[in-house]
Amino acid sequence: MVVISALLVQTFQMAFVVLLAPLLTGFIRVIKARLLRRRGPPMIQPYRDILRLLRKEVVLAENASWLFRGTPYLIFAVTWVAAAIIPTFATGLIFSWTADLIAIIALLASARFFLALAGMDVGTSFGGIGSSREVMIATFAEPSMLLIIFTLALIAGSTQLSSIAAFMTSPQVGLRVSLAIALIALVIVAIAENARIPVDNPATHLELTMVHEAMVLEYSGRYLAMIELAASLKLLLYISLIACMFVPWKLAVQGEGLTAYLVGLLAYLIKLAVAGALLALFETATAKMRVFRVPEFLGAALMLGLLATLLRFVSRSL
Amino acid sequence: MTPISILLVCVAALLGTAVLAVLLVHSSRSTPVVYGAGLVFSAIAFFTALAYLAAGLPSAEAPMLTLPFGLPWLGSHFRLDTLAAFFLMVVNLGGALSALYALGYGRHEHAPHRVLPFFPAFLAGMNLVILADDAFTFLIAWEFMSLASWALVMAHHRGADNRKAGYVYIVMASFGTLALLLAFGLLAGTGGDYGFAAMRVSERTPLVAGLTLVLLLLGAGSKAGLVPLHVWLPLAHPAAPSHVSALMSGVMTKVAVYGFIRVVFDLLGMPTWWSGIVVLTIGSATAVLGILQALMESDLKRLLAYSTIENIGVIFLSLGLALAFKANGMGLAAALALTAALFHVLNHSFFKSLLFFGAGAVLTATGERDMDKLGGLIHRMPVTSVFFLAGCVAISALPPFNGFVSEWLAFQAILQSPAVPQWGLKILVPAVGGLLALSAALAAACFVKAFGVTFLGRPRSAVAGQALEVDCFSLSAMSILAALCLLAGILPGIVIDALAPITLSLIGERMPLQTDIPWLSIVPVTESRSSYNGLLVLLFTLFSALLTAYLIRRFASRVLRRVPSWDCGFPEASPVTQYTADSFAQPVRRVFGTLVFRARERVDMPAPGDLRPARFAVEIHDLIWEGLYLPITGAVGFVAGKLDHMQFLTIRRYLSLVFLALVFLLLVLALWS
Repeated sequence: MVVISALLVQTFQMAFVVLLAPLLTGFIRVIKARLLRRRGPPMIQPYRDILRLLRKEVVLAENASWLFRGTPYLIFAVTWVAAAIIPTFATGLIFSWTADLIAIIALLASARFFLALAGMDVGTSFGGIGSSREVMIATFAEPSMLLIIFTLALIAGSTQLSSIAAFMTSPQVGLRVSLAIALIALVIVAIAENARIPVDNPATHLELTMVHEAMVLEYSGRYLAMIELAASLKLLLYISLIACMFVPWKLAVQGEGLTAYLVGLLAYLIKLAVAGALLALFETATAKMRVFRVPEFLGAALMLGLLATLLRFVSRSL
Repeated sequence: MTPISILLVCVAALLGTAVLAVLLVHSSRSTPVVYGAGLVFSAIAFFTALAYLAAGLPSAEAPMLTLPFGLPWLGSHFRLDTLAAFFLMVVNLGGALSALYALGYGRHEHAPHRVLPFFPAFLAGMNLVILADDAFTFLIAWEFMSLASWALVMAHHRGADNRKAGYVYIVMASFGTLALLLAFGLLAGTGGDYGFAAMRVSERTPLVAGLTLVLLLLGAGSKAGLVPLHVWLPLAHPAAPSHVSALMSGVMTKVAVYGFIRVVFDLLGMPTWWSGIVVLTIGSATAVLGILQALMESDLKRLLAYSTIENIGVIFLSLGLALAFKANGMGLAAALALTAALFHVLNHSFFKSLLFFGAGAVLTATGERDMDKLGGLIHRMPVTSVFFLAGCVAISALPPFNGFVSEWLAFQAILQSPAVPQWGLKILVPAVGGLLALSAALAAACFVKAFGVTFLGRPRSAVAGQALEVDCFSLSAMSILAALCLLAGILPGIVIDALAPITLSLIGERMPLQTDIPWLSIVPVTESRSSYNGLLVLLFTLFSALLTAYLIRRFASRVLRRVPSWDCGFPEASPVTQYTADSFAQPVRRVFGTLVFRARERVDMPAPGDLRPARFAVEIHDLIWEGLYLPITGAVGFVAGKLDHMQFLTIRRYLSLVFLALVFLLLVLALWS
């Protein structure tokens, strides 16, 4: 019985994240439009876009290889698996021990690896520009992320997300300088990883500063739908990651009653909405950076991550 | 027969094969005979070592054997413990698979008589180094291994680059052996017993131990490719035929790692904590510098050689952690770090051999090593490209392949280190963790470039457009390695358990038993609750991907139309407009290269109306070569020039010089005692 309910919760989360992700994207777009005093598209527009893309034919470049055609599925699957095992509304999911935080980040890195390869597959200069910049951004984002993980793992005594979330809800955690620093660094990394302003602009692909959109330029139809969905899912994943570690309030614990799960779900939706609104506000207030300013922006995250880890190494209470 | 005698018989058989190769020089059958014999004997040695390792005997029961060769009062001692068995496994697996690969690849060799005799000799030399149980045998075998590999580097000696590579290699190898000779001299001490058993029990002062460590880092480090002694490696490894490159990069560097582990963890006794700092610093610097140089490279085999330097850095980084933990009596953490290092040794031997085999296949099919002349090979060489891709994913430390597991273990070891008491280590280790993560991210960038430019896109030259898939021997060797990369990634618990007897004998502790953990997950230390399960990650990803593909196929449009590429409305017909290896590296070069390589970009843009073509040039400096090696060679040249006139003295003066030297030496001797 316990196993069945645990499996049910796990399956529910898997379906829930993938169904919710486009809504989050739509929500952020609406808030952004309102901040610019536009009416903006309806909140369910991303669902419509994906459905429309799924109905359309695929227009494929002549020399595209199997790698190009397989990559959208792979990226989507990998992001989905990663999003399915992080605590969103409940901790202690039955498969959460499959991958710890380091492995989740590495999973996302393999999605990036294949997307960058797909960008080079057709042999256009746009694809190459996108891939080469994406890996440059990754060379900062990944070490920063690892150092943030070090900080959190040294505080919580584990790299397992469920354990970290459980520790963060306990009164032992207290206020720590290293946590605050890690949070700032994590937000910077999340912005870069999701190709948001000021690192990249998700709304256009006709700028020479583009990164993510340049890599997926040759995709169309169902392939593009998969990639769009994966991108939404990744945004949801990063917000959930920040939420479960820094605001782990009302997370349901394995074995609690239905009410706890419902409260957890409601709290999760509120967290997503607040984070989405903050992201929209931030994006409206900042301008896109020149691509070679990005290393400075991300270098700040790297240094903050290093500082946070160093604090943990020299003192147990900071 | 005992395992050790089987192994020695295999070594003798390999040496016999080398002799046979000399006799068969003009026969057309020599290639299959030599490589077939190499395959058989290496495979036997591999399975013997594997069986010994699986039995997991404690080191006190390690079988020994003494043969009446070598120094008359000493003989040659051989010993097989679990550490040796593990490295023998690595060496002979690499040897067997490169022999299998060469059964196909070797047919394209235009000067087989320059390769065939040295190939089995090289394998025998590496086996002997690991089996040796006294310093004399060890050094003889080490030098034999160096010389055999030097001969293989010089196989294509007509190219000026290859001659330079061979020259730099032999100089560095001799230097390394000299350092090792002195290190063993210090280990043997005034007693002068060259057996490892005597060295293991003798006491030495911290000064002597420290000096030995430094000499060892020079000796084994120069063979492994530690910065700044790595300069020969990117020259020599690519110069050899590809199956030998795979052996040199994937296997011979591991023999150097073996030498280091054998002395530092086994013979030298308890390490001091600062030895951890030294090894950590050198390891992390090697990792980052190696992979940055790989990123700047556009020659496929040189890129792989530089990436070897990075992986050696990662291995030494973990070894440094293990030393620091061991010095502080943190046995469990030391076992974790040492397991991470050994696991990475195994992993690197798998994927680096695989990648060199792939590069060799590309070389056979196109005759090109320059990535800027390749491209689009995924269409022409579909099977090779799958295997090469597997190697790229594995070496970039991405799950579910094996590279990720050893990197994950290293990260977990770093998380154990706040408990060390020394401030120097406390401040260094977070930075080392950051550098390890940085080198992993750079490695991913580097192999996106390697695979993307070589196999994807459109062909950049006619030869790349007409490439044909290689023979089945080469493909089967690559397929075995690719399968091993995946297997070690999804079943890491088995490997970790097999490494436990080694950490038990060298440190006295082991990682928790992994095969008892449900669902084949792995955990680094029992209480941390961290876990990783490669098998489930693979299964979940496959399940989600297949589910998605099924749903899409069932409900979405299936129509597909092939058209010319879109490229934002401005498709360029010429394949020259694609991103090349250099242009792909440009963002990283701008960010890191300006500091590390003093990279400068020069744009020569003619004024409007001027018909001269615009020019763009990139200037990159290898600061270690220019700052360290050029001054040394300059100084040697200067001194040699000054001493030149000594060649033309009269006999009287020579005799007086001899007399003065004799007097001087006698004086030294008199003052010494």
